[in-house]
Amino acid sequence: MANEKPVSLEVKSFADHHVITQPNPLRRVLRRVPESDLDDPVARAEKALAGLSGEFRNWMAIEADRLSAAHAAILMKGFSAATREELFRAAHDIKGDAATFGYPSAGAAAESLCRIIEHAPELEQVPPDLIAHHINAVQAIVRERTKLDTATMASELSKQLRGVADAFLTHANRDRPEHLEAILAPSIVPAE
Amino acid sequence: MYRIDFNKLRFLICDDNPHMRRILRTLLHSFGAREAYEAEDGATALEMYTHYVPDIVITDWSMPIFDGLELAQMIRQPESKGNPYAPIIMLTGHSEKRRVTVARDAGVTEFLVKPISAKGLYQRIMNVVANPRPFIKTKTYFGPDRRRNTTNTYIGPERRVGGEMEVMQQPSLLDKARSAI
Repeated sequence: MANEKPVSLEVKSFADHHVITQPNPLRRVLRRVPESDLDDPVARAEKALAGLSGEFRNWMAIEADRLSAAHAAILMKGFSAATREELFRAAHDIKGDAATFGYPSAGAAAESLCRIIEHAPELEQVPPDLIAHHINAVQAIVRERTKLDTATMASELSKQLRGVADAFLTHANRDRPEHLEAILAPSIVPAE
Repeated sequence: MYRIDFNKLRFLICDDNPHMRRILRTLLHSFGAREAYEAEDGATALEMYTHYVPDIVITDWSMPIFDGLELAQMIRQPESKGNPYAPIIMLTGHSEKRRVTVARDAGVTEFLVKPISAKGLYQRIMNVVANPRPFIKTKTYFGPDRRRNTTNTYIGPERRVGGEMEVMQQPSLLDKARSAI
């Protein structure tokens, strides 16, 4: 697509804005196929993703260890912009990746930790155990996943952590309405 | 029914997490894409954007140096030499409504919340390919039309001011950019 023929923009100008349209530059990549076409690119991609799944356990362990390392750095050096950022980034990555890797409860625990980091008025005032429990929960969920009957326990553990974290954040932000609103707002992602 | 010829599309993937980049690459290749360039931070992505002129950008939000939001803002510079119109799909772990609004106001075309799925990614790509929105330029915004709902049921105040309409043709910045490389 990089060397297409030049196209013109059409600009409609109004009092305080312009509306700019151009012929769809990507139109040429659309191909009409009969309804009977059996090719399913989504199914193909899901199969390819399943082919990667042998790597997921190792990847998840790497992500969990990164989170623990970020926590260890905070225990050693205290909170700074850099240590806070690394803890958030590690937790945020797990929040986004863990369900894909087959560890949705680890993702939920990591999300709860992200909320604490984002919304606690002062991280130094967060009970150290609250953060430590989140880290330990992620590690335990990753470590114990292969054992039978741990999925329900992992889910319950994450829910309990989220409940405690939300109670702390709601109290700590009682005079900060913008944070309170964000804490109490429903997620745009459907619940499990 | 329409399909996308992915082998004619050039993608730029920007995510600091190597596992997520691998997953994205796997998905895009299995859709049929051949060209998917990868960057692990916003600064590198911006360089690659200018160099490779991708058709579609898929970016994470949280990244070092500058993040996906800043990357979107830098791409959406109407006077820049690069192409300010490329679709930007933000793929992120952020799942709060206010984040969607902030991303939209930075000029992001589509928002996709992790965990990623093949179906979700395909749908977003299909949407930017088949249903591009016009761009709006105001004093404070340049990006895809933020009004996605075309029904007449909106009852709030009209925030855009009308007035005389003037239509002018001008060469695409995209073509300027492409002819420069």
